[in-house]
Amino acid sequence: MECTLDAQSLISISLRKIHSSRAQRGGIKLHKNLLVSYVLRNARQLYLSERYAELYRRQQHYPDGAPLLAMPACPPPAAAAPPELAALPLPADTQDREARSCGAARGGAELLEVPVCAVPPELQRAPCRDSSPGFYRAAGSAGPGGGGSAAPGLLYAAGCDFASGGAPHCSSRTTVLDLDTHVVTTVENGYLHQDCCSQCPCCCQPAPGLASPPPAPGTKRKYYPGQEEEEEGVEEGEPGGGGVAGGPPFAPCTKRARFEEYSAEHPQDSSNISNLISIFGSGFTGLVSRQQADSEQPLNGQLCSKQALASLGAWTRAIVAF
Amino acid sequence: ADIISTVEFNYTGDLLATGDKGGRVVIFQREQETKGRPLSRGEYNVYSTFQSHEPEFDYLKSLEIEEKINKIRWLPQQNAAHFLLSTNDKTIKLWKISERDKRAEGYNLKDEDGRLRERFRVTELRVPTLKPMDLMVEASPRRTFANAHTYHINSISVNSDCATYLSADDLRINLWHLEVTNRSFNIVDIKPANMEELTEVITAAEFHPHHCNVLVYSSSKGTIRLCDMRSAALCDRHAKFFEEPEDPSSRSFFSEIISSISDVKFSHSGRYMMTRDYLSVKVWDLNMENRPVETYQVEHPRVLSRASCPRPVCVSNACPCPQVHEYLRSKLCSLYENDCIFDKFECCWNGSDSTIMTGSYNNFFRTFERSTRRDTTLEASRESSKPRAVLKPRKVCTSGKRKKDEISVDSLDFNKKILHTAWHPMENIIAVAATNNLYLFQEKVN
Repeated sequence: MECTLDAQSLISISLRKIHSSRAQRGGIKLHKNLLVSYVLRNARQLYLSERYAELYRRQQHYPDGAPLLAMPACPPPAAAAPPELAALPLPADTQDREARSCGAARGGAELLEVPVCAVPPELQRAPCRDSSPGFYRAAGSAGPGGGGSAAPGLLYAAGCDFASGGAPHCSSRTTVLDLDTHVVTTVENGYLHQDCCSQCPCCCQPAPGLASPPPAPGTKRKYYPGQEEEEEGVEEGEPGGGGVAGGPPFAPCTKRARFEEYSAEHPQDSSNISNLISIFGSGFTGLVSRQQADSEQPLNGQLCSKQALASLGAWTRAIVAF
Repeated sequence: ADIISTVEFNYTGDLLATGDKGGRVVIFQREQETKGRPLSRGEYNVYSTFQSHEPEFDYLKSLEIEEKINKIRWLPQQNAAHFLLSTNDKTIKLWKISERDKRAEGYNLKDEDGRLRERFRVTELRVPTLKPMDLMVEASPRRTFANAHTYHINSISVNSDCATYLSADDLRINLWHLEVTNRSFNIVDIKPANMEELTEVITAAEFHPHHCNVLVYSSSKGTIRLCDMRSAALCDRHAKFFEEPEDPSSRSFFSEIISSISDVKFSHSGRYMMTRDYLSVKVWDLNMENRPVETYQVEHPRVLSRASCPRPVCVSNACPCPQVHEYLRSKLCSLYENDCIFDKFECCWNGSDSTIMTGSYNNFFRTFERSTRRDTTLEASRESSKPRAVLKPRKVCTSGKRKKDEISVDSLDFNKKILHTAWHPMENIIAVAATNNLYLFQEKVN
């Protein structure tokens, strides 16, 4: 019984388990899903740390960092296209979908880029606050649409509407946003910064599937056959309702910043699972819709898992909580 | 649907109850020794069968509630009838099992078949008399304890006061009175304010066998908390916290899963408790919180961990052999893929607390004698379990050369698992549930 211990495959196995648990008889098993989320977290950390190591190595090769800084910007389909992950104050609307499909379309290029919001290109160049070292950009992604060698699953927010963001940046900076943990990582000449997008209005639950107005609190959604608590409807509804508004159910970014680690060993427990467990507004429709958008891209198995990683921010929320 | 999901002896050991995935309970009774059939002593025959739980549907949450019996616990016997608690994911029921061997005959106003007699035929007073009849065992539900658990119930435990019991789900433990069904008290609640912060769940809970104020509960993180109900109404703060520090060199993707405790059982003496995680059984002294006093590897040390290790005496986790750890990791990975890594094994003590038993894969179960540290691996299978045949201990071989009668590591069947075992409270009789078969083994008495 051999099994590949590839972190990517573990992640996709785990996600598959979470997905199928929703259809299981008897409702979602909290315990099992919690354990699966731990595996997911471990695999993800390993994967991300490998990516980071790769990035670091490449940075060493390219000290000026120029090619690294190219921020492939998906031409924003229109203004104000909220990223899939930033369920912003902006209402989810068709632009949402456009942004997503834009990002999705890039999936084929291995680099999933999600324009955070419609901003002028120059701002897009600004180091956005990005999160997690997990999803840092692989070196070598050059130019828009580039990313041939970019790390799959790198989600970076090009441009942001962070009012406070947009600090002037030197050219040798690369910033990456982990759309899951909302931690910004800045690589500057090989030196790492990390801050958190605190008031980031984007620090909300990804809501790729929310094409319609967020469900009212307590609304039952078919993606949660296992919802067990009615009073949690507030939690459920909030991501929809609150999520779009940057709602409270999603822990403030400061908490998530603590989570970030660069080594895969001894992940801290404190907010470890927090970003993995929550009511996820759109369940797996986010992935589904993205996959449909991707259908024109050749999807092979590898790409699928990369897509899975790219959408990990969304997926890692898809667990359990009641 | 007749996969056995729980096995439990009653306090005298004369009755053995099993619950299955279909919501049925089957009770076996031990045959009494009779002159005519001296060898039949010790045989268990079916005593009663009844449907305890039915599948339900929670319309409010669009959630199906499985009828699988998660746990059965007997109440101490107080009169001629027997009482047991059985629970599925959401509802606990108290069942009364009673015998009826007499029937009333000769009613005044009714015929034998129950029809009312015509008035003019009633000319004299007829008092019914009790006549013997064939033994009939009736099971009737006496109480239903419902609507107290949002999450899946994993444990019930009857208190030593014989008046209260606890029920535990993933995040909460409730205290009930056996007579009161419309109210329960929440005594432990580990649900975080924000579910995103959830890091562990309750996996098992039990009352102390003698102290009616003491209970323990185990968590998915491999810790056990002991609570004293006298200290506060809500026992969120533990009185004792049992945890063994993790060995950092043995970390893997699945560290959290294999450290999750699947069962916790007090010893009969009340001095020790035993916990089962995926790879081992640990015995804890209640007076020592920082580590267990005994640890037993359930899987053969080389089955899941070091099968390929070229160093034959490698038994420590710090084995530097890369292929060993690789083997372990790949094995665990495939067990993760096929969901076996989530199997919840139970464990049990014998009556004198000298031996512990737990199940494993390939229909193997293992007993560990605590004083001699001797362990025995036995198999519950039709081929090796002819009536009165002596079970031969099995051995799992890990090296290339397989001796006769040994099982090779790679031919272990991970679909045949023994999750539920029970030991007679006083004698050396064990009940072992292998999927949908129940095996009963008795110590050979010469």
